[in-house]
Amino acid sequence: MESKLINYEKDDSHCTLFVQGDVDLSNSSQLRKTILSALKTSPLVEVDLNNVTYIDSSGIAALVEGLQYANSHNKRFVLKQLSNPVKSIIELARLDQVFTIED
Amino acid sequence: MNDHKNNKEPIIEVTDLETYYGQRKILDGMNFSVNRGEIRVVMGGSGSGKSTLLWYILGLYEPDGGQIKVLGQDINKIDFNDHLKLKQNIGVAFQSGALFSSMTVGDNVAFPLREFTDLDENTIRIITRMKLEVVNLGGFHKLMPSQLSGGMIKRAALARAIVMDPKLLIFDEPSAGLDPVVASEIDDLILSLRETTGVSVVVVTHELESAFKIADRITVLDKGKNLLTASVEEVKQSKNKRIMDLLQRRSRHDKLDPEDYLRRLTQENYTLS
Amino acid sequence: MKINLTDKIESLGQTVVQYLERLGFAMRLFWDSFYWLIVGRKYKQRLRFAQVVKHIKSDGVDALPIVLALALVVGMMLAIQLIYALQAFGAQSQVLLAIAKSVTREFSPLITGIIVAGRSGAAIAARIGSQVVSQEIDALKVIGVVPVRYLVLPPLLALIISMPMLIIGADIVAIFGGALFSVGKLDMSITAYMVESFEVLVVGDILQGLIKSVVFGVIIVLVGATTGFYVTGGAEGVGKATTTAVVVSISFIVLADMIASYFLTQ
Repeated sequence: MESKLINYEKDDSHCTLFVQGDVDLSNSSQLRKTILSALKTSPLVEVDLNNVTYIDSSGIAALVEGLQYANSHNKRFVLKQLSNPVKSIIELARLDQVFTIED
Repeated sequence: MNDHKNNKEPIIEVTDLETYYGQRKILDGMNFSVNRGEIRVVMGGSGSGKSTLLWYILGLYEPDGGQIKVLGQDINKIDFNDHLKLKQNIGVAFQSGALFSSMTVGDNVAFPLREFTDLDENTIRIITRMKLEVVNLGGFHKLMPSQLSGGMIKRAALARAIVMDPKLLIFDEPSAGLDPVVASEIDDLILSLRETTGVSVVVVTHELESAFKIADRITVLDKGKNLLTASVEEVKQSKNKRIMDLLQRRSRHDKLDPEDYLRRLTQENYTLS
Repeated sequence: MKINLTDKIESLGQTVVQYLERLGFAMRLFWDSFYWLIVGRKYKQRLRFAQVVKHIKSDGVDALPIVLALALVVGMMLAIQLIYALQAFGAQSQVLLAIAKSVTREFSPLITGIIVAGRSGAAIAARIGSQVVSQEIDALKVIGVVPVRYLVLPPLLALIISMPMLIIGADIVAIFGGALFSVGKLDMSITAYMVESFEVLVVGDILQGLIKSVVFGVIIVLVGATTGFYVTGGAEGVGKATTTAVVVSISFIVLADMIASYFLTQ
C-alpha cells in the first residue's frame, strides 16, 4: 500500500482524479473528501477508475455524494474508464443510468 | 486487505464436526467445504442437520468435536475482536428474515453500518438505499417490517445481509413460503450478486428447482453426515437411494401402500413404524 | 398408572435444577451487563446513550402518572387505617409520623416496584421473548452485536436511574394523600402537615426506600430478560413468559423487600 490512492491533474477548466488500488472502508472517506474539495474549485471533475481493483459500497457512496454535490452546485461530475470490478458494482445498483460515464 | 482476490483457499472448511442437542447427536462427523466464489446448495430431509450446520458455521454454538474454519480462521479459537471482524465478512439472511421489528426497513439495513463503521449519516443513507435498490426495494426504507409481504421481507433481509459487502453470504431457506415467481426472483438476485461481487454463497433449501438453478455444487446431508457433494448433473443422475428419495419426494404419494394408508386413517393407536 | 416415588423425586429434582439454572442465568446477565458497560468500547460494543434515554422515558417517565395516582390513594388509605388503629391508644397525633415513616421506608418502593414490574418487566419479557422467537437475537449475534449489551444493559441502567426518581415522587404524593385525610382530625393545615412530615423523617428513612427501589429495578429487568431469553414455543410462549415475568418479579420484590427491611432496620 505504498502508492497513493488518488493522484490528480488539474487546470483552470477541469480536474481529473486518478484512483488506484482498493477502495474500501479504510480509505473511502479520503476519496469522498478529495472529490468534494475538487468540486469546490473546478467546474468539471472527472474520476478515472481504470486502475481500481476493488471498490466497496462506501466507495460507490463517495461517488454518489460527488454527483449529488455537483448537481446541486451546477458542476459536472464524470466517471471515466471504469475497471471491471467497478463497472459490475455500479451496474448491480443500476447506477450506470445515473452517472455520466465516459470511456 | 486483499484476500478477496485469493481464490485458492476454501472459504469454509468444516472437519469432523460433532454436535449434540441434549443427548441426541445431530451432526455426526460432518465434513463440509466451500470454495471461494462458489454457490453451494445444502439439501437434506428434516432432521438431517442442514440448519444446525449453518448455526455452527456462524458460531452461534460451540461444537462438541471437530473444527470449523471460516476465511481461514478457526472460529472457536480466535479472540472476540477477530471473530467480530470475521462476522463483518459474513452476511446472513434468516429463514424468517429476522428483521428487527421495532425498526424501519432502512434502519434494519443500516444497522450493521451504524454499529461497526465510522461512516457519516449521509454515506450510510446512500449505501442503505443502494442496497435496497439492488434487491428491488427502492423507496421502501420507511416501511416497518410488519408492513412487508413475505417476499419483500426476504429481500430486505438480503439487503441487510449484503450491506457490509460480505465475502460469504449465508441464506437459510430463501424460497420457503414464497410463491414460485417471487422465489425465482430471489434466485436471480443470488446469481447476480455472485456474478458482480464474487461473493461465496451457501444456501440451505429444500426446493429442488431453486437448487438446480443456482447451485455450482449441491451437498446432500443425511443423519448428520455429508452424504454427497457433487455437481447438479451428478446429483440428478445419482443412484443412491436416499438421494433418489429426496429428488422424488413430491411423487411419494403415488406409491403408497393402500392397506397401510387405511390403517393410518382409521386406527386409533397408529404409530409410524 | 402408579407413579412411584423415585419418579416424583426425579421430576422435583429436575424442576429445582431448571430454576437454579435460570437464577444462574439472571446473575450472569447482571454481571455481563456491567462487564460490557465497562469494556464495551474496546470491543466495539459501546452502550448507546440514546437507548438509555429512551428507556428512561418509557419505563420511568411514562410510569409516573400511575405511580403518583396510586401513591396518593395508598397515602389516604394509610391515614384511614392508622387513625383508626391509633385512636384506640389515644395516639392519633402520631399518625403523621407513622405515615411518613411507613411510606418512605416501605409503601412507595413496594407500590412503585409492583407497578414497574407490571409495566416494564412484562414489556422486557415480551420484547426479548418475541425476538428470540423471530430469530432477531440470532441476527444480532451474527451481525456481531452482543445481545446483553443491546437488550439488557439499557433498560437496566434506565431503571437504576428512574426508580429512585419515581420513589421520591411517590413519597411526596403519598404523604400528601395522608395529609388530605388526616388534617381534619389533627386540626392542622396541609402545608404544616407536609412540612412537619419532612421534619420527622431522617436521611435513613428516605435512603432505605431509595436503596430498595434500585434493588427492585434490577430484579424487574433481570427477571423480565431471563424469562424472555428462555421463551420457547412461538407466540404462545411469549404470552406465558410475560405473565411469568410479572408474577416472578413481584414475588422476588416482596421477598427482597422483607430481607432489605430486616437488614436496613437494625
